[in-house]
Amino acid sequence: MNRKQKKMLVRIVVSAVLLLLANLRVLPFPVRCVLYAASYGIVGWDILRKAAMGIGNGQVFDENFLMAVATLGAIALAIVERSGDFNEAVAVMLFYQIGELFQGIAVGRSRRSIGALMDIRPDYANIEDGGMLRQVDPEEVAPGSVIVIQPGERIPLDGFIVDGTSAVDTAALTGESLPRDVKAGDEVVSGCINLTGVLRVQTTRAYGESTVARILELVENSSSRKSRSENFISRFARVYTPAVVFGALALALLPPIVRLALGQDALWSVWCYRALTFLVISCPCALVISIPLGFFAGIGGASREGILVKGSNYLETLSKVKTVVFDKTGTITRGVFEVSGIHHSSLSDDKLLEYAALAECASSHPISQSLRRAYGAEPDRSRVRDIEERSGRGVLATVDGVRVAAGNDKLMDELGVPFIPCRSAGTVIHIALDGEYAGHILIADAEKDDVREALAALRAAGVEKTVMLTGDAESAAKQVAERVGIDEYRSGLLPGDKVALVEQMLEASDGRGKLAFVGDGINDAPVLSRADIGIAMGALGSDAAIEAADVVLMDDDPMKISRAIAIARKCLRIVYQNIVFALAVKLICLLLGALGLAGMWAAIFADVGVMVLAVLNAMRALNTKNL
Amino acid sequence: MKKSYKIEVDCANCANLMEQAAKKTPGVADASVSFMALKMTVDFAEGADPAKVMKDVLKACRKVEPDCEIFF
Repeated sequence: MNRKQKKMLVRIVVSAVLLLLANLRVLPFPVRCVLYAASYGIVGWDILRKAAMGIGNGQVFDENFLMAVATLGAIALAIVERSGDFNEAVAVMLFYQIGELFQGIAVGRSRRSIGALMDIRPDYANIEDGGMLRQVDPEEVAPGSVIVIQPGERIPLDGFIVDGTSAVDTAALTGESLPRDVKAGDEVVSGCINLTGVLRVQTTRAYGESTVARILELVENSSSRKSRSENFISRFARVYTPAVVFGALALALLPPIVRLALGQDALWSVWCYRALTFLVISCPCALVISIPLGFFAGIGGASREGILVKGSNYLETLSKVKTVVFDKTGTITRGVFEVSGIHHSSLSDDKLLEYAALAECASSHPISQSLRRAYGAEPDRSRVRDIEERSGRGVLATVDGVRVAAGNDKLMDELGVPFIPCRSAGTVIHIALDGEYAGHILIADAEKDDVREALAALRAAGVEKTVMLTGDAESAAKQVAERVGIDEYRSGLLPGDKVALVEQMLEASDGRGKLAFVGDGINDAPVLSRADIGIAMGALGSDAAIEAADVVLMDDDPMKISRAIAIARKCLRIVYQNIVFALAVKLICLLLGALGLAGMWAAIFADVGVMVLAVLNAMRALNTKNL
Repeated sequence: MKKSYKIEVDCANCANLMEQAAKKTPGVADASVSFMALKMTVDFAEGADPAKVMKDVLKACRKVEPDCEIFF
């Protein structure tokens, strides 16, 4: 509880005690009246003040005004009827304030517990200063500085290890509990915890651009992208309160007038009382609080699992996903390509590999990287000239005066070079030297271990169709698709084809079942943004992926996709429960109030009770354990 | 230009009202208030001076919710 809430609690207790005293029948009536007035004033003065200010500012329909009218009206009725019973008016104000206090405490708590999940902000960085360690604010450390991270400390900035070996715990970022071993030369990302050894790290980024700062920003801003449910509720709240107020007015005036016209007793005070009961129920708070709280908790729970959702709207879309489209590389397969064979080479295998590696020296494509890895040495770029990339086909380059073409079947067709097709699964790089076919290099990308289970889990989570997109040849694509058990596949695609294909699928769908695209964030940013929802995986350390995707999986575990969907489903279920529950209770109360079956007591209890239950229900979204 | 500010507000509906008020303030292209994160994100109109606009935003918000606070 903060100071404001403690003060409120004191006011509530004092007011409650005075209310009890006021009910002592032994006291003379004027004394009891004073006690009632004091009790009402102590607990409700700020409501009255705000109501008055609201009227001054032309803000009539706020709940302060309504509570003020309802309670003052009840007092007036008690005076008119000479019943001397002010209990109802005071108690309604009292319970209203108790409800507000509870709401404040519950929201503060959930804010803290969700905040604790994201408590990955590093407090300081250690800088060596004349042989001594000095703690500085991570924001003050310039890129390129060397920082020291001791065991147990959080890595404050992204960088690479200059010296030292250790294990780092990435759980806060990825949800992965197994520590990762790191040594000199390895990259480390901020937000992880250094477990065993002292590390000296040369930073590569300023704090503002570091992984931890970007993740925090992403999560903190996620609630500003509102879901359709949230927008619905805030629109609803805008019409609900005025509607109830006019309903109350009608209830106070119409029935008595009709009764008068029929020659009956008007019963003004009965209908006025029922109208005041209406006003008590007119606050839309339970709805307005529980819906964003549910989403906030859902996003918080997901981020604990290493699943960053960029907004409540995306959580909503995620829950409706029926089709999941995978870009094969990096999602179904590891995205680590290795040269697995060199066939039909007219030169020595090493020589062919050397030509290929040199020709591809300027490309950052994973295939080129694996060629360079297999080649073993850093290619000497001075031997390469006139590099020409053919997107989705390969490269042309002049190496040591020889015109080298390295690429797939299409490139060979384009150049009119007859080639020998490869029967093994994988990516085939044909090499032609000065227009003569010189053999091909086979590069294979291993599938991840648990893809089969992950796809089964997706189906269990309600996904109806899974599709794999790949640039591989038909035979290779088919083999992979059958092995992992994916429903459909499209092979031989160029990067541009993927966008077109996803657009086709979007058009073909009826709009209710949403389409998710899963990629590794490299080369597929356009598709990520085109799909209903773009999921990037293995994003730790990849800015492009974090930027382009709507949902970011920090590690590359394919099981996380179904977990993300399950979390979204649970969260949306809770949100809908709250909407239906709160609306139903309000409507029932309005009805019972209009019929005179429920008084103000029932109304205020229902109002506060619904809010409490809705808030507690919303907090369930934070728990992602048994999904 | 987008900027986000820390705010203080007690009830969820008041946060909604603040969002409405901020959206209507001249110089604000769009605004969003998150009650859970206690943050207001303001997208300023072309050429608006954030410091000046925020003063008006605060004034407009105070009208709908006298107890609110925006830190800028």
